Amino acid sequence: MTSAATKARVATVWLDGCSGCHMSFLDLDDAVAQVAAKADIVYGPLVDAQDFPEDVDLTLVEGAVSSEDDLRQIQKIRKRTKVLVALGDCAVTGNVPAMRNTVPTQRLLDRVYGNGASARLFREGVPRLLDQAVPLHQVVKVDAHIPGCPPPPGAILQALVDLLAGRKPDLTTMVKFG
Amino acid sequence: MTKTITIPHVTRIEGHAKISIYLDEHGRVDRTHLHVTQVRGFEKFVEGRPYYEMPGITARICGICPVSHALASAKACEGIMAIRIPKPARMLREVLHLSQFVQSHALSYFYLSAPDLLLGMDEPVASRNIVGLLAKYPDRARDGIELRKFGQQAIAALAGERIHASWVVPGGVNQPLTLEARDSILRGVPAAREILRRAIAGHKASLDRFAEEIANFGATPDLYAGLVDEHGAPGLYDGRIRFVAGGPHVIATGLDPAAYEDFIAEAPQPGTYLKSPFYRPLGFPDGVYRVGPLARLNVIDQLPTEEAGEELAAFRSLCGRMPSSGFHYHYARLIEALYAVERLEHLLTDPAILDRHVRAKAAVNELEAVGCIEAPRGILIHHYKVDDKGAIKWANLIVATGHNSAAMDRAVESVSRRFIDGGNIQEGMLNRVCAVVRAYDPCLSCSTHALGIPDLVVELIPPDKAATSASSGTPPSPRRPSP
Ligand code: SF4
Repeated sequence: MTSAATKARVATVWLDGCSGCHMSFLDLDDAVAQVAAKADIVYGPLVDAQDFPEDVDLTLVEGAVSSEDDLRQIQKIRKRTKVLVALGDCAVTGNVPAMRNTVPTQRLLDRVYGNGASARLFREGVPRLLDQAVPLHQVVKVDAHIPGCPPPPGAILQALVDLLAGRKPDLTTMVKFG
Repeated sequence: MTKTITIPHVTRIEGHAKISIYLDEHGRVDRTHLHVTQVRGFEKFVEGRPYYEMPGITARICGICPVSHALASAKACEGIMAIRIPKPARMLREVLHLSQFVQSHALSYFYLSAPDLLLGMDEPVASRNIVGLLAKYPDRARDGIELRKFGQQAIAALAGERIHASWVVPGGVNQPLTLEARDSILRGVPAAREILRRAIAGHKASLDRFAEEIANFGATPDLYAGLVDEHGAPGLYDGRIRFVAGGPHVIATGLDPAAYEDFIAEAPQPGTYLKSPFYRPLGFPDGVYRVGPLARLNVIDQLPTEEAGEELAAFRSLCGRMPSSGFHYHYARLIEALYAVERLEHLLTDPAILDRHVRAKAAVNELEAVGCIEAPRGILIHHYKVDDKGAIKWANLIVATGHNSAAMDRAVESVSRRFIDGGNIQEGMLNRVCAVVRAYDPCLSCSTHALGIPDLVVELIPPDKAATSASSGTPPSPRRPSP
C-alpha cells in the first residue's frame, strides 16, 4: 500500500478482558473511519492478521495478563511496538480478571471442570493459567494508561491522536472510574 | 506423513480460540478441533460477594452483551428476594434487551462477518475487515455502523452509558425513563428499519452465491432450543424452554428454566475450556442441541410484529421450515434485529413505559434462585445459592455459546473437509474455516465460565452407550465446592 509509509501502524490486542474496551473504541461510531484514514490497523480482533507484525507505532492493549499465552504475547508486542498503551481498568489494574487471584488456579479449574481437569486441559494444548492475573505494567513497560471500565470513546480517541502526534495525552477531564 | 495445520487466532470473533486441523498421510482432513483458550472462573471468585453485586460483576464477563448478563443475574437476584418487579421496569428492561439485540447482531453481521460475505472469503487479509468494507462498500459499512450506533445509543438513553451501565438493579431499574430519552430512541427507529430492510434484501439476493457454504457450514445437531412465550413467540426477556428437532418435531415445551438441571446436563470436551450441554433425556451426544438466532427462529410459531413476521414467512419459504445450515445464522440474525426494532418501538409507544414505579425492594427471602434469558447468542442461565445474609455461596453460569460448542466443532470439521486441500493450502481456505465459527457469533470470553453440573463425571462416552449412561438415574444436584 502506498499510504502505508505515511500512515501510522496501529494494533489492538485483547488479553484477558471482556471486549468492552474494544467495544468502547467501536463506539466512536463513524469516527472509526477517521481513525482508519490516519492509521492502518495492522493487527487485532477486528482484522485478520495472524501474527503480531514488526514495527508497530502504537498498540492498545485490553485486558490483564492471565495465561502463559498472554505473557508471551505481551512480551513480543512490547518488543515490536513503539508506544504501548494499557486500555481500560483490566490492563491498568487487573480489575475483574484479578478477582480470581485469591483462589489457587488449580482449585479454580477443578471447580469449573471437575477434579483433575487442569492437568488434562493443559496436556491438550490449552494455555496454562498464571497463578495471578496481573496488570500490564507488572510484566512490561507501559507508555500510557487509559483508565475506565471501559474508558469512554472520547478518551480513547484523544489518547490516540495525542500519542500518534508524539504528545503526552492529558485525559484528566475525560476518564471515568469504574 | 501426517500433518497438523493450526490457526492460532480465529479472528473477527468475540473471544479467543484456535483451530487444529489434522491431515492424514494423503493430505486429507482427518479430524479437526476448536480450542477455546480463555478461562476466567467467575463462578468461583464471586463466592462470598453480596448477591446484589452480581449484575455488575457478571456484566463484565462480556462487553458485547453485558445487558444479558446483568438481566439474567438481576432475575436470579429477584428470585433470592422472592419479588416480582413492577411492570414498567419489566418493559424498560425488555427495551434495553432488544436494543442490545440490535447492536450485538449489527456487530456480528456487519463488523465481523460482512467482510467475508461482501468482500468475499478470498479477499486479501489486509483489507478483509470493516475498514476494507468502508472503502469498497461504504454504504453497507455505514449501514452497519449506524445500526450498531442505534442500539448502543438506545442503551445509553435508557441506562446512562453504552457499556457496563449500572441501571439494572435487583428489583427493577434505578431510574424511570424520561420523555426526551424515549423520543430520542423513537426518532432513530425508521432509519434502523430501513437499514434492516436493505440488509435483508441484500442477504436474500446473495444466497445463491453461497450455495457451497450453505451446503457445508454444518447442519447438525438438528435439535434446537429457545425460550418461547405463551403465544409461541420468542420469549427473549422471559419464557419457557422449548426443544424442537428437525421436522419439526416438538420434543419438549413449556419447560421451566428454573428446573434446568432436570433436563440439561453438560459433557466436558477434550482440548478446550468449553463444555457441551445436552438435553438430558436424549443423552450425549444425541441430546446435543443448538441455540441462538437460527435455533430461535426454528422453535417459535410466530414473530408477532408486522415486517419481521413477513420476513419469517419468507425465510421459511426460501430455506425451509427448519433450516439447518449454520450459514443461516446470519440471515436469522437480521430478521431478529428487525423484530427487535419493531418490538421496542411497540413497547416505547405504550404510555405505561414512562411510569415512575420502576423498582421493588426486598431483602433475602430465598436461598437459591435461577435467572434465565435469551442472550443474543442463545439461552443464558444464572443460578445462585446464598446464605441468609445474601452472600453468594455457590454460582453456576450456563452461557449461550456453550450450548453451541458441539455444533461449532462439527461445523469446523465439515468445512475443513470440504475446503481444505492439504497439498495446496490457501489462506482463503483457512478463512472459510474461521467464517463458520463467525456464523455462530460465539462469545468465547463468556463461554468458558460454564460450571455445569459438577457431579457429572469427566469422561467421553462412546456414542452407542451414551443414551443409556447419560439419561439413567436421577439428575445429580449441584454440590458445594470444596472449601
Ligand atoms: S476494563 Fe472493563 S470494559 Fe475493559 S475489558 Fe476490563 S471489564 Fe471489560
